[in-house]
Amino acid sequence: MGNQSSQRYATLSGARELCPPVGWRTAHSLSSAHPKPAASAIAKDDEAMLVASAKAGDASAFEELVNRYEGKIFRLAMNITQNREDAEDVMQDAFLKAFAHLREFQGDSRFYTWLVRITVNEALMKLRKRRPNQISLDEPVESEEDLLPREIKDWGPTPEQQFAQSELHTVLSNVISQLNPAFRIVFLLRDIEELSTEETAQLLGLSVPAVKSRLLRARLKLRQKLDNYFQRSRSN
Amino acid sequence: MNCRGVVRELSDYLDSELDAHARGELERHLANCIDCRLVVDTTRKTIQIFCNSEPVPLPEDVRARLHKALEKRLRQQPT
Repeated sequence: MGNQSSQRYATLSGARELCPPVGWRTAHSLSSAHPKPAASAIAKDDEAMLVASAKAGDASAFEELVNRYEGKIFRLAMNITQNREDAEDVMQDAFLKAFAHLREFQGDSRFYTWLVRITVNEALMKLRKRRPNQISLDEPVESEEDLLPREIKDWGPTPEQQFAQSELHTVLSNVISQLNPAFRIVFLLRDIEELSTEETAQLLGLSVPAVKSRLLRARLKLRQKLDNYFQRSRSN
Repeated sequence: MNCRGVVRELSDYLDSELDAHARGELERHLANCIDCRLVVDTTRKTIQIFCNSEPVPLPEDVRARLHKALEKRLRQQPT
């Protein structure tokens, strides 16, 4: 069992390998089994062409970029602000700012990553302005004991496929909204928007060890919350 | 490595950021600990479920207001 288990779990490492690239995900359904890097490369090239056209003054190219990313940017803004009106303002301001500063975008990252940075800055500004005393991005003090998983159960191969897409969206939105904002924003940037640890640290003004610590806690807390949900659904 | 060690190193393991020695120790522990295997497996699935989920389409009223604001701005050239 030892060797077999080792081999099996050797393939588990590498969350980046586990998450298909963003460009690919936008064009394929959740049920697709394996990412296709070639398709991602095409999506990236396509994005670069749209950005170049938009920079040259082609408004329809910029509109295409907006159409492509508006859903993801609104979700990110909602997940950070937890308020629909604020999220709408943040999304609008982010796209308008991106358009106004398009010529400053040098292409050293993906356009989408640049847009995520703008959105996060807008969302954090909105939070500070609207609710200066209510939202803290300071890490709550927790012991190592709080990290340890309890009542560990198997989920089966694909627990998410038990749910309709709309129900799964509600579940994910609920569990992520229950996370402390300090953990939530790190999880959003690292695991959903796929920023690097360093990019996340820079954007949030945190150290790399702080980002790693928050990410671990966020992942474990979300695991526990999904576990509760999947076990409850299974017993109903 | 014990179970606490696995939890402590879990993120770095999933992100392929553990050095070969620590990774070997962790995988030796996993080979003999079903609870830790389940924690690794369900944490990996947690990340996958979130990162594979597509955003819901933008609500129509929100989308209309966004495109109206953009339309106004797009008539001007980028600054």
